[in-house]
Amino acid sequence: MRLFTILISTIFVNNYVVARFLGICPFLGVSNKTETATGMSLAVTFVVTLSSIITYIIHHLILANLGLEYLQTIVFILVIAALVQFVEMVLKKTSPTLYNALGVYLPLITTNCVVLGVAILNIQEKYNLLETIVNAFGASVGFGLALILISAIREQFEIIDIPEALEGFPIALITAGLMSIAFLGFNGLV
Amino acid sequence: MKLSKIFYNGLVKENPIFVQLIGMCSVLAVTTSVINGLGMGLAATVVLVGSNVVISLLRKVIPDKIRIPAFIVVIATFVTIVEMFMKAYAQELYNALGIFIPLIVVNCMILARAEAFASKNGVLASAVDGLGMGLGYSVALLILSSLREILGSGSIFDIQLFGPSFEPALIFIMPPGAFILLGILIGVFNSIRKKQASKEALAKGDVE
Repeated sequence: MRLFTILISTIFVNNYVVARFLGICPFLGVSNKTETATGMSLAVTFVVTLSSIITYIIHHLILANLGLEYLQTIVFILVIAALVQFVEMVLKKTSPTLYNALGVYLPLITTNCVVLGVAILNIQEKYNLLETIVNAFGASVGFGLALILISAIREQFEIIDIPEALEGFPIALITAGLMSIAFLGFNGLV
Repeated sequence: MKLSKIFYNGLVKENPIFVQLIGMCSVLAVTTSVINGLGMGLAATVVLVGSNVVISLLRKVIPDKIRIPAFIVVIATFVTIVEMFMKAYAQELYNALGIFIPLIVVNCMILARAEAFASKNGVLASAVDGLGMGLGYSVALLILSSLREILGSGSIFDIQLFGPSFEPALIFIMPPGAFILLGILIGVFNSIRKKQASKEALAKGDVE
């Protein structure tokens, strides 16, 4: 039951993008087309889930054991950067189709704050390994949901008149605001 | 390039938020009150100046191929230092900013300055660039957070501005208000810049 609550809460109620403001850069940067948005969401789901498991194990087996919790930020970001590189290399060798679909998005993910944010929150909320996996998966599905929704809206912008000063980023931010109001409707669901 | 020019460049001309549109996450998240906004601006400025200076000092030592991980380690070190200081001396601010302090590491603004400026320029110029960019970021945070606090809670620096009959528009301190206000602010900034650009073009045309 607790796992289900975590899943629904991270996807809808406390959506990492529109309610917690993590991952705004890719949310606005790669949301021009639905196709790229889907690719990015898949890549993020993959990396976030994997990195959460690894950072969880590192934190509990190494850092917490040795009393080195203060090194958390440095260690986590290095692990994530290395992991992204590693995933990129493995995909290139083993699955060219998947690499072609996700490849361009992978380098961008290191500086996506969802990855580091979820890893740190998992530790802060004192989740166990199973809850960590569910939380990471829910966070990235929520990220993908918001990203794909806004990209579908932004595709329509090509055919409507937008005031010149608001073109591009500003109108995307205002749209995100309206989406965020819609997501407020999920409050009280869990 | 003159130092004053580098400073002005960061503060206004290449303002990280309004012009370059980078480092948005923390801007949207921590601007619920002016104190939080300023605290975040200050923390990011300290990290930016520190990392710019160190990276500029090490720019000839760091091999080109692994420069990005090296930069990240330097930045993460400064973030950890700032985090420890805040935990020790400004507990309340530390709690309010929460996860966004460690997330300064992945603020693209800081890595972008390291890559675009500090790794190519001298120590003094890099320090000034960090200070200018940091203050430009803080000014943007200050503008957005004061607007949000005035509209959303009817106060500034926790001092009530209006009488008891004032009903604050709560939406502005909730997430949607942040998105919408920042969108409008960037729009206003865009239109001012466009007017200035066309004026300058006109003035040049007159001279020729």
